Amino acid sequence: MSETNSIPGATTQDATQEPPGGDGPVVEFKDVSITFDVKPILKDISFSVDRGETLVILGPAGCGKSVLLKLADGLIAPDSGSIRIFGQEITTMRERDQYKLRAHIGIVFQESALFDSLSVDDNVAFRLHEEHVPEAEAHTRVLEALKFVDLEGTSDKLPSELSGGMRRRVSIARAIISHPDLILYDSPTGGLDPITSTTIIELVMKQRDVSHTTSLLVTHRLQDAFALATHRYNTATGGMTPIPKDAAGHNVDQSTRFLMLNEGGIVFHGNTEELIHSDDPWIKEYLA
Amino acid sequence: MPLPSPENFIKQKVAAVQEYSILTGTALSDIFSGPHYWADVFTQMDSIGVGSMPIVVLTGFFTGCVLSLQSATALKEFGAISKTGGLVALSMVRELGPVLTGLMISGRNASGMASELGSMKVTEQIDAMRALGTDPVRKLVVPRIIASVVMLFFLTIISDAVGIAGGALVSVNLMGLNPQTYLADSYRSLVYGDVIQGLVKPLFSGFIISTVGCYFGMKTTGGTQGVGRATTQAVVVSSVFIIVVDFLVSRVMLVIFGG
Repeated sequence: MSETNSIPGATTQDATQEPPGGDGPVVEFKDVSITFDVKPILKDISFSVDRGETLVILGPAGCGKSVLLKLADGLIAPDSGSIRIFGQEITTMRERDQYKLRAHIGIVFQESALFDSLSVDDNVAFRLHEEHVPEAEAHTRVLEALKFVDLEGTSDKLPSELSGGMRRRVSIARAIISHPDLILYDSPTGGLDPITSTTIIELVMKQRDVSHTTSLLVTHRLQDAFALATHRYNTATGGMTPIPKDAAGHNVDQSTRFLMLNEGGIVFHGNTEELIHSDDPWIKEYLA
Repeated sequence: MPLPSPENFIKQKVAAVQEYSILTGTALSDIFSGPHYWADVFTQMDSIGVGSMPIVVLTGFFTGCVLSLQSATALKEFGAISKTGGLVALSMVRELGPVLTGLMISGRNASGMASELGSMKVTEQIDAMRALGTDPVRKLVVPRIIASVVMLFFLTIISDAVGIAGGALVSVNLMGLNPQTYLADSYRSLVYGDVIQGLVKPLFSGFIISTVGCYFGMKTTGGTQGVGRATTQAVVVSSVFIIVVDFLVSRVMLVIFGG
């Protein structure tokens, strides 16, 4: 990872805009439930995520992690409960108003979800083209975003010409190009080899530590979750380094918290140390 | 695979009609409000219109040929071979041109729309589009509706023209009919109501092809198998709809213009 990578568009106008929602939680779920057909997926889920916080969502396959992320982006609606994003209730919001709200949200899909008929350049610039950003500015920002994910020189390629890890990085570039105030990562390392997974986690960490963007990250890979909790992005080396112990004896990132789901409910919500020292037998078994 | 209960079957069908109506209603209201994706409209016009020209020309031409061959043979027995032109022109303009063009475009484009949008749906590209703040109905469905309706109108005119030309070719070269007699009878037999009827039908067909194709694409589930299923359903349903609506429009037109 190049240490010269800058935050895409950090000097452009929308990067300086006041983030929406004031000082309250960026994400707030209250008693959210959703059922698919007759199977309850999430039952009375309540939690909140503060500004600058990274919430790592853990849990076994099929426990509703990805559903929770899609609920947070308004892509699906819950059966009951309240979801507030930047202080705005999205469960009753009209779709066209949600499109405006989503200008502040970036999402990285599990399988990247790149537009397969568009080049990398057009994929990354999709949102800018929709917002009618001048072509020259869009091109500059695309190059910056691709540099951020270390994918310069791939602009003209189609997604089918890229490896899985590269597609995931393009997806991250597409998510961050509009400098969102909230990023949702849906299993960004799923199905990738360990080296590529580390690269992706470094990018997530870089976005967290350099841009301080609030994020929700779904994963079932404990090593990724704990790498985020125990490492920080080092701008000097362009990689991640372990967090040294502070005065209080903590060597974990305090802005990274965990939410564990099982069978549609929350079994844990807290920080790294609380998770490690939890006495819950299910959590112990999961972490073992 | 277990058979669904009659109650569930009916509920599924009613829900499908409801979803189709909502999609169609939303798309119609989006046509009359901005923003519009004109570049996508022209791309679709090229794909649906220009791309379908060969099959429409070939189908129309040979339909005219065979219609002429069959009718001239039958009319000759009654000494009315000079009426071949009128019969071919009337059949092509009122029925065969619009219906066959609709069915051919349905096979080519309703399937294309369903598979393209279906693939996007199962690979989460539709969700990605929504997440990026773009309305997929406005971006994907509306351009296809506009392009289908406009291009089917012109494709039908082309089909009618080449059908009458094909009929002329067979009548003159194989049946020995005077070309001027053929063309004069064709021209004389067509009245205002026939032309209107023939040009109204493709507007409905274009709307059916695009909305049905997009509907099945947008509701695709179940991976690549689901895409295949959506494609088949789109062609079958749109083809049946085209023929049913053709009957209804014919009935209404005959009431309005007589016949």
